[in-house]
Amino acid sequence: MNAPFLTVSDVSFSYFTETEQTQAVSDLNLTVMPGEFAAIVGPSGCGKTSVLSLVMGLLAPQSGTIAFDRPDVRIGYMLQRDHLLEWRTVEKNVLLGLEVQHRLNDATRENARALLNAYGLGGFLHYKPGQLSGGMRQKVALIRTLALEPELLLLDEPFSALDYQTRLQLSDEVYRIIRAQRKTAILVTHDISEAVSMADRVFVFSKRPSRVKTVIETGFDPALSPLERRRLPAFLPLYDRVWKEIDR
Amino acid sequence: MNDAYRQYLKRQKRAHRRVRAAQVGVLVGFFGLWELGAALGWFDPFILSSPSRVWATVVRLCASHDLWLHVGTTLLETVLGFVFGTLLGTLLAVLLWWLPALNRVLDPYLVVLNALPKIALGPVLIVWIGAGMASIVVMGILVSLVVTTVTVLNGFLTTTDDKQLLMKTLGASKLQIFTKIVLPAGLKDLIAALKISVGMSWVGVIVGEYLVSKAGLGYLIVYGGQVFKLDLVMASVVILCVLAALMYEAVALLEKRLTR
Repeated sequence: MNAPFLTVSDVSFSYFTETEQTQAVSDLNLTVMPGEFAAIVGPSGCGKTSVLSLVMGLLAPQSGTIAFDRPDVRIGYMLQRDHLLEWRTVEKNVLLGLEVQHRLNDATRENARALLNAYGLGGFLHYKPGQLSGGMRQKVALIRTLALEPELLLLDEPFSALDYQTRLQLSDEVYRIIRAQRKTAILVTHDISEAVSMADRVFVFSKRPSRVKTVIETGFDPALSPLERRRLPAFLPLYDRVWKEIDR
Repeated sequence: MNDAYRQYLKRQKRAHRRVRAAQVGVLVGFFGLWELGAALGWFDPFILSSPSRVWATVVRLCASHDLWLHVGTTLLETVLGFVFGTLLGTLLAVLLWWLPALNRVLDPYLVVLNALPKIALGPVLIVWIGAGMASIVVMGILVSLVVTTVTVLNGFLTTTDDKQLLMKTLGASKLQIFTKIVLPAGLKDLIAALKISVGMSWVGVIVGEYLVSKAGLGYLIVYGGQVFKLDLVMASVVILCVLAALMYEAVALLEKRLTR
């Protein structure tokens, strides 16, 4: 077995406000393999998002370490809401990250256009976000993240603001995009079926302060899409197991 | 284009035309009644003047070239007050956005300064800066500066933390967050500030001229009032209306270009 891509060891983190201190993460340990799709589920408010912020480096752990198997890992972060800039066209929104990182050139621009074309947004380059549906907007946000060519993708409940049908379709599509690009991904979600249908491994978190309660291997064939996995007989028992683990 | 849509467009056009006609009607009615009242002796034209007397005054001022001196003086003062007031006000807003600690310290002072009638500082300005055009320009700046700062800063602060978080996940610096998100998002409020500020600088300059001046429309109004030449006062006010409207239109034009 090869070395883990990401190793989180004994990480603790607390938020401070003027009135109280909230321990969000306590002695957290987890590893993610290269190319793996990991999902984190847990009761709401259990500090799942904090874990992503820590991995991203937006927050610094108060104790413990977060290490990657290589230096200068490029990380892409996809937030719950798309946060597209209304005054920029779809194309300009996708290029925002490249602009910010001074990596905008003909090659990266072409790559971004190719991504938009590949995922059915080629005809909308010059549209404003206001003219797109919620699902399309979220897809633009994903491509904005992918345009940076991240090695690790952090997905923070990226589908929760969408209606049910769009959610299923988009998670299917996003899964295929991530697999095709061979990215390592961590998905944070409160939707158990989403986690089970998309991930290789599901990390069940305890109530705050969060630590890993159980890790459940889904054991699905990576070639199967989330919608196909949902139809397999193995899906429901897995779902029940995760459910019971969260409840326990 | 089908019939129903054509009819709809026609109705819209007609409604639009009716509003325009009513607007012109109000203007004509106002001046008509004013002139008629003066001619029929409903009131004393010596006190209220009349459109024809205003017109005659404007023509006389034009002929003696005095008009250009007064209009030029006031216009220069107002443009200077407006431009520097908005520039300084915007810069101050940027500074306060950049340094939240400074913003927290200065917040109560900004509230007081915003509420204070800046005109009250007129005599102080005259003592400090001297009885001349500089004092009037500074008054114009003062009146537009604080309101600009408050409005523009509010616009900057509408950018949510979430959007800033997004920029941070993309690896943006504070300057990039400002230029790529905060400034474009605050553009609407910046333009709103310009529109308020353009009116405010007129107020500052005219009041400044009331207090201390040797030329300008404010000077003409005060002078006309003192020597009971109401024709002169009314003529100056009418010219002022036209100038203020033109300057507002110029800002509106700028708005169209910026928001295109």
